[in-house]
Amino acid sequence: MSSSASPSPDGAAERPQERLHPQEHTHLQEHFDRTIAKDQRIEPRDWMPEGYRKTLVRQIAQHAHSEIIGMQPEGDWITRAPSLRRKAILFAKVQDEAGHGLYLYSAAETLGADRQDLTERLIEGRQKYSSIFNYPTPTFADVGVIGWFVDGAAICNQVPLCRSSYGPYARAMVRVCKEESFHQRQGYELLMTMMRGTEEQRAMVQDAVDRWWWPSLMMFGPPDEDSPNSAQSMAWRIKRHSNDELRQKFVDMTVPQAEKLGVTLPDPELRWNEERGQHDFGRPDFTELMRVIKGDGPCNAERVGRRRTAHEEGAWVREAAAAHAAKQARREEKEHAA
Amino acid sequence: MSGTNGQWPLYEIFVRSKRGLNHVHVGSLRAADDRMALTHARDLYTRRNEGVSVWAVRSDDIAASTPDEKDPFFEPSGDKVYRHPTFYDIPADVPHI
Ligand SMILES: [Fe+2]
Ligand SMILES: [Fe+2]
Repeated sequence: MSSSASPSPDGAAERPQERLHPQEHTHLQEHFDRTIAKDQRIEPRDWMPEGYRKTLVRQIAQHAHSEIIGMQPEGDWITRAPSLRRKAILFAKVQDEAGHGLYLYSAAETLGADRQDLTERLIEGRQKYSSIFNYPTPTFADVGVIGWFVDGAAICNQVPLCRSSYGPYARAMVRVCKEESFHQRQGYELLMTMMRGTEEQRAMVQDAVDRWWWPSLMMFGPPDEDSPNSAQSMAWRIKRHSNDELRQKFVDMTVPQAEKLGVTLPDPELRWNEERGQHDFGRPDFTELMRVIKGDGPCNAERVGRRRTAHEEGAWVREAAAAHAAKQARREEKEHAA
Repeated sequence: MSGTNGQWPLYEIFVRSKRGLNHVHVGSLRAADDRMALTHARDLYTRRNEGVSVWAVRSDDIAASTPDEKDPFFEPSGDKVYRHPTFYDIPADVPHI
């Protein structure tokens, strides 16, 4: 009547569908389709098509890797933050990103993915992460612009994922979204402070805006006509909006914020379109996006290298903790026996 | 090391968000032992005062119903409508019932 055969009650269910009778398979598929159509959630131990599972594992893993790699560009500024206040804020923000990564690895595990295996795929370059984190952070204004643009873009992407059809992913996104608002606001506030400062500081903000604008627009992925997997993800309700819809939303959201801040977004084609009720804007250089995703961005090697070093240098800590736990367990057993 | 292929074991984490409420499942994490599971749970799931109490339970210690057993497993309660207060007809003028 009940079972604990799988490693987690919430996950990694054995996958019996390979052994299924065709009729049974149809029945399960219909049940899955009905659940999706009724806009209900799929939960870890439910039957799901193999393609659905694979797509989710890939997307959640990439998302988790992005959070973890995303700690680095800003993490570089923790020791150099200009005040204790900024240091504490940045620390908290980077710690949140680590948390986001862990929520997501935990969600991936409910689909039968192996956490250690995912880390290895990342450091061997077999799994991707967001292109945005392969750009450098040469000035402190970059910290502000990352919070404003990159976390802002992440919010556009992640808010609809809170209603994603896969329960654990959607629930992880709810936690993440609650925290992202702090990330975006601290960035914008930092920039407002710099804009009230010296001429040099204002120039620093504008320079950071110029460098991050286009890569931020690329975060939403290739244009819809070049994004063949999107349609299936939307049919499965893993995704709710297309790449171009989300990109448009981000532009419309950011333009008035830029005006208030007093910076210029580096796009001569950017203008309000009365008829559409949205902004027109230039086309990001998607060949650059493809190049950076494939590994040839300004910082790809550095980011992955650092993740690898951290993982390797942490091995003794993981081993020591496990040895301590084993010793503790033996001691308890002995006391029990005595 | 315990757990599968040398990894720390998986724990399910339950948080009581405030006094008077049940602990609620919030997710999972990996830790070497119970103590570490609790401190990691604190750092991962209660960075903003989300909890006043945390439970960490080894995932493989949890017995769970399986989804394919769903129908027969929950069937016994399906036909017992008399367990609900609305099953009983009481005249409208009877007070406090
Ligand atoms: Fe994040
Ligand atoms: Fe963030």
